[in-house]
Amino acid sequence: MSDALVVIDRLVKRFAETSPPAIDDLTASIASGRVTGLVGPDGAGKTTLMRLMAGLMTPSQGSVVVCGFNVADQTAQLHEAIGYMPQRFGLYEDLSVLENLTLYADLRGVIGAQRRSTFEKLLAFTDLARFTGRLAGDLSGGMKQKLGLACAMLKSPRLLLLDEPSVGVDPISRRELWRMVYQLIADGVGVVWSTSYLDEAENCADVIVLNAGRALFQGDPKAMTADMAGRVFLLRGDIGDKRALLKNALKRHEIIDGVMQGASVRLVVGEGLALPSKADLGAPDSADVVNAQPRFEDAFVAMLGGQPKRTLTLDAGTKPTGTPTPVQAVALTKRFGTFTAANNISFEIRRGEIFGLLGPNGAGKSTTFKMMCGLLRPTSGKASVDGLDLYAAPAAARGRLGYMAQKFSLYGDLSVLQNLNFFAGAYGLGGARRQTATQRVIAAFDLEPHLGANAGGLPLGFKQRLALACAIMHEPPVLFLDEPTSGVDPLTRREFWSFINAMVATGTTVMVTTHFMDEAEYCDRVALIYRGACIAIGTPEALQDKVRSAELPNPTLEDAFIGLVQSHEGDAE
Amino acid sequence: MSASTSKGLSLRRIRALVIKESLQVLRDPSSLVVGFLLPALLLLLFGFGISFDATRVSVGLVIEKPSPETAWFATSLSNTPFFNVRQASDGLAFVDDLAAGRLNGLVKLSGDFAERLARGDTAGIQLITDGSDPNTASLLSGYVQGAWSSWLQQRALTKGDVAKTTIDMNPRYWYNPELESRRFLVPGSIALIQMMIGSLLTALVVSREWERGTIEALLATPVGTVEFIIGKLVPNFALGLCAMAVCILAALFVFQIPLRGSLLALIGFTSIFLIVALSIGLLISTVARTQFIASQMALLVAFMPGLYFSGFLFEVASMPAPLRAFSAIVPASYYVRGLQTIFLVGDLPSVLVPCTAILVFMSVVLFTLTGFNTRQRLD
Repeated sequence: MSDALVVIDRLVKRFAETSPPAIDDLTASIASGRVTGLVGPDGAGKTTLMRLMAGLMTPSQGSVVVCGFNVADQTAQLHEAIGYMPQRFGLYEDLSVLENLTLYADLRGVIGAQRRSTFEKLLAFTDLARFTGRLAGDLSGGMKQKLGLACAMLKSPRLLLLDEPSVGVDPISRRELWRMVYQLIADGVGVVWSTSYLDEAENCADVIVLNAGRALFQGDPKAMTADMAGRVFLLRGDIGDKRALLKNALKRHEIIDGVMQGASVRLVVGEGLALPSKADLGAPDSADVVNAQPRFEDAFVAMLGGQPKRTLTLDAGTKPTGTPTPVQAVALTKRFGTFTAANNISFEIRRGEIFGLLGPNGAGKSTTFKMMCGLLRPTSGKASVDGLDLYAAPAAARGRLGYMAQKFSLYGDLSVLQNLNFFAGAYGLGGARRQTATQRVIAAFDLEPHLGANAGGLPLGFKQRLALACAIMHEPPVLFLDEPTSGVDPLTRREFWSFINAMVATGTTVMVTTHFMDEAEYCDRVALIYRGACIAIGTPEALQDKVRSAELPNPTLEDAFIGLVQSHEGDAE
Repeated sequence: MSASTSKGLSLRRIRALVIKESLQVLRDPSSLVVGFLLPALLLLLFGFGISFDATRVSVGLVIEKPSPETAWFATSLSNTPFFNVRQASDGLAFVDDLAAGRLNGLVKLSGDFAERLARGDTAGIQLITDGSDPNTASLLSGYVQGAWSSWLQQRALTKGDVAKTTIDMNPRYWYNPELESRRFLVPGSIALIQMMIGSLLTALVVSREWERGTIEALLATPVGTVEFIIGKLVPNFALGLCAMAVCILAALFVFQIPLRGSLLALIGFTSIFLIVALSIGLLISTVARTQFIASQMALLVAFMPGLYFSGFLFEVASMPAPLRAFSAIVPASYYVRGLQTIFLVGDLPSVLVPCTAILVFMSVVLFTLTGFNTRQRLD
């Protein structure tokens, strides 16, 4: 390719001799005038590759040439030619919008009349003109992202590197950013956009799909999904117990991947194989089988060889009984000074249901979640877990719930068994009961071979299993999960949700917080949280139905989110 | 070193970094705390809280056989400002108090006190001190000896028996005639404060850039190492000078420490030391990636050696040779020496010139190390 902006040749990057390389023998090129997606789960090597292209790291082997400059020894010229937005946007939070812009303009030598016109253009472009005096730290996630982009754009770079620009940003801002990026490529700028959201790959003209430091695929993402045409099916309508159906379907060798998608089950068959009959899948005759539009994720999983098949036998202990709505929130409100973080939030979760709190960072999800765990006292309102009031009897109520934090709160320096014993002790299990409890989860999560290993050194999937094992040690009837699988690779995510599905099948009630639309697909019902308020509650389908229109016949959950937020704001005005 | 350092400095970029850094310092309460509140607190602590002068030492006076002579001595002991005197006729009465630390020592006048005095024999006086606090114990013994000899003189004079006072010692303490420990503690604490501000503040502001991920965006611009370092140095140097002003004003007007040298020497000498402290902070920041580690390192590398090996609290000359050698590489020890000289003696070139030369040399070495260690890359 003659117009290649970046030429990567047999690149290897290792951080230590002993560990596997972060980038392993990558050869690729990136063109100008288009968006190249750098797609892959956390730990795939995306950020390392970004930093290599930005001249912030040197290759261990091979070469990277950006805009004609070798990153190993021509960083000065390189830095004149590129714009780079690191994760968390690289903004000084204690400087105002204008001060941030001025700083980067000075550093990049954008001065005088050129500066005035650039500022004017960028402030209009990012719609930040009204907020020039505001401290960057006080901006919303979406506005920070735009400011970060503006700072990277100051000197009209030939190559713009955006490292996970959409993390923690609400879907509306995310769409705006894509619109802005499309405008830039029209002017001939080359953009590299790294992301762990596989659905974003479909917005890119080219993708480099990374997994464990290696490129799985390079080229047009549509070519990747095109291979999947005719291999993706939705089972919907009256399908009976969807979790049992999925479990059965996955036993068939033809099915290489299967996930829950709201009330439907999504199945992918192997190359050249036909979908087994409804009876063979274990689906009732009343079920509808339709062809589904392949998604990038289907192709990604197929490329990795499909979902690992393992049948899970989870002895969930005693089957929970009692109140039909084990989790209740009644008009929860939390104010911090004059700021209302959560406003009059009410919902009920039925026994054996997966319920999602969905919303962007800063919407009030975490505040609500903390109130539901009894970690934060609401300004007004009530909440109960398994019939116990969280604020009248907090200790007893907390004993009824299991909690798995976002970044698995495990002790990395303790072995798997020591972690299990510690958490069993923390839940007040002693003697024979501790023995039974630890044995039960060791068997359920196949932890036996890893018992002596330090938790910190486990692969991600096992860390996640261990964290879940610790959370359910005391057989809680209610389980709270905080962004359990965001950024996790699709295979690990599927495995995790198979555990959750098995637990739900035995009557456990689950609440999940997430800003990740894919995670919401696993939920039976979701509540959309936006700016401290709950703006809609319903099944994913019901929410999608609300925004279905002639222009949008097949809305995604993200479309639903955006549509509902817009109509909510329309009502408010 | 990357190519961007060899490209020459840009005043515009340096100015932009200095402005940015200054705005951050002004908006960050913690740097103002380190810059102003910490000096004030440390100075108050060292100036008022810590003192090596024992006033009102509790002493038990045991008089086995009261006589006019013993009563006379007892009165003279009680009349000095140094003692809290309690009397008893038997030493046993005070043993518990001495063990419990309620008394710092015992003065025992034996039964034949008056007789031995009359004979001109060695006097029947015994001093027992609580050696678990050697500092107070040696002070106490000094004071009691002083009180004893002055009483003997007084007695001899009263009796017209001048010949009996054999040795007449008149000690003179130069530079600090009142022997107030504050006079050398306050200059010492100024050294500690400058060390703290210079190293801690600088180490914190750089590691903060790492912690918040802003360094990545900065390194991807044409900024060079030297520009980055100057940008960090200038505002913190200014903050250090402000703290110095606070310290000097407090020393002169709150603690009434005399300034025998010139203000110019004081400011110039302090500025040089401040640069050494800042360069230590910068060197720390090339290794520390989090503010927590940076502050721990600043404490260990700058504060602790400054406290123990600068000769400000503990006499370096009485340390074993390896520790004396170590104190020779502690910048604060030169600064303390110079500062005490400027305050209490004057602009003494024989002290100030070598100290200044060593500090300048240290800063050159430290800056060179920092320059080589400052990474333009993340790996």
